[in-house]
Amino acid sequence: MKCQKCDHRQATFHITDLVDGKPSELHLCEECAQNYLSPASEDASEVMPAMAGLLAQHLAVGETADQLARLDQRVCPVCAISFLEFRKQGRLGCPHDYVYFSEELEPLLLNIHDQVHHIGKVPTRCPEGADQQTQLILMRRDMKEAVSSENYELASELRDQIRAIESQSSLGADESPDAESGDADSGDVEAQHPDPESP
Amino acid sequence: MNIDDLVSTSGEWMKGSGPESDIVISSRIRLARNLADFPFISRTTESDRAEIEKILGGRIAALREAKNTPLETFYVNVGDLEEVDRQFLVERQLISREHADSDGARAVAIDCAERFSVMINEEDHLRFQVMHSGLDLESAWQKINELDNLIEEQVTYAFSNKLGYLTACPTNVGTGLRVSVMLHLPALVITRQIEKVFKSLQKINLAVRGLYGEGSQAMGDFYQISNQITLGMTEEELSKKVSDVVPVLIDYERQAREFLVRESQETLHDRVSRAFGILRTAQTISSEETMHLLSSVRMGVNLGLIGELEIPTINKLFIHTQPAHLQKLSGSELEKFDRNVERASYLRRQLNADKPGDSSQN
Repeated sequence: MKCQKCDHRQATFHITDLVDGKPSELHLCEECAQNYLSPASEDASEVMPAMAGLLAQHLAVGETADQLARLDQRVCPVCAISFLEFRKQGRLGCPHDYVYFSEELEPLLLNIHDQVHHIGKVPTRCPEGADQQTQLILMRRDMKEAVSSENYELASELRDQIRAIESQSSLGADESPDAESGDADSGDVEAQHPDPESP
Repeated sequence: MNIDDLVSTSGEWMKGSGPESDIVISSRIRLARNLADFPFISRTTESDRAEIEKILGGRIAALREAKNTPLETFYVNVGDLEEVDRQFLVERQLISREHADSDGARAVAIDCAERFSVMINEEDHLRFQVMHSGLDLESAWQKINELDNLIEEQVTYAFSNKLGYLTACPTNVGTGLRVSVMLHLPALVITRQIEKVFKSLQKINLAVRGLYGEGSQAMGDFYQISNQITLGMTEEELSKKVSDVVPVLIDYERQAREFLVRESQETLHDRVSRAFGILRTAQTISSEETMHLLSSVRMGVNLGLIGELEIPTINKLFIHTQPAHLQKLSGSELEKFDRNVERASYLRRQLNADKPGDSSQN
């Protein structure tokens, strides 16, 4: 991974700073880290623009300012994060962002990892691809809305669908534990679906 | 069991046992995981976080009751803690600073022997880590892999066939694995070779962090070496990459120590003795100075220059003189000035009063 300040040398220093009371992570090369940590330049306000700048540089390859601006406006349909927000905070909003912003993220992933294909461990329970994950988040949100508008029938239906997707993905695992919405006040839904004991 | 029960102990990772424990403090592996059916933390609502905490907390509670391999953990709602207790857990490396400082529902399940901890609602929904004393990555990976399997039996992780485990920050995507080994490298610092070492590490994509990971200010000459890449290699490969380089670093540090003994024995002995002298007599002392001096003393004990102390005792002092530990030990909240006085008093008591007889270090 390259330094966020000079975007040139490898980042070997990983600094967690408090910016406006929130922790923010910086990845710097030795030289930039020394400058950053020396009392002469303790201005933490440079941190976020640096991160945004770094991402912008990666994205700007072959992109005009207009294109970049348009890119920034793209909003994930599931979690509603805009690409600009991601660039500012360096954190994605939901698993679907990896699908929705895949083209934009690829150069960044290459820069960080030199690779874009996972070859490590695979979970035994995994939804078959990101579409189902997306569905789960959306359905969960819809279910919550249904609960809050006291439409327990719809909530219950959605809960069954969520459970169906989860048990599909369990690949022979025991009966899927419930999705447990956690809404203590959604008593009707809870009552219809008592918690199956784990073995 | 609760946090107060941890106060008088010093934790697994500072135990001072395990292979190469004169130089290798601890081996740590952490995994980042997210539930498939919730947004990442930055886009969750307060009630999402409460639900995630309830689901994952419930799963961990279930593992505590498991018949075959019960996990002996105790569960702490981090949001409910006093500031000093949150700081205590950070100093102990059981939670991250980010986890301590963030908002909303969040928790940590702590292994009663402090060999692992499971953070809920950190940067990712789930961040768990296994810590072993000394150089012991292989069994740390086995342990965390088991733990991952146990939790995963009951929840659906966010995962893509192409990118692996999906994490809030793209720097963790893939394996979600961070392997780190904490080393005590005072002789490389004294001989000014540490920068050369860093440069060669960065060439092979390994990162160097300080004791609490917050930058280059390596308190007490402690350095954590860890993988930067998490995607495109298997967990074993990533772990091996770190464990392969550690013996080389150990060798460098030993050579540097031998060099110091050979070339400037008196200077070195003087440095160590003065450090020990200050720690035993100071009336007020900062945390930074304590770490700095304890580092010299630790090396002195390993080189046989100080005979009356043992490594586990020094390791304990490193952690017990941290601000929150000190306050928990003294039983009262203290301002900085009072902490410095209390720290000096604590060090005098520990280093003068209970000399453990003759215990020249192995």
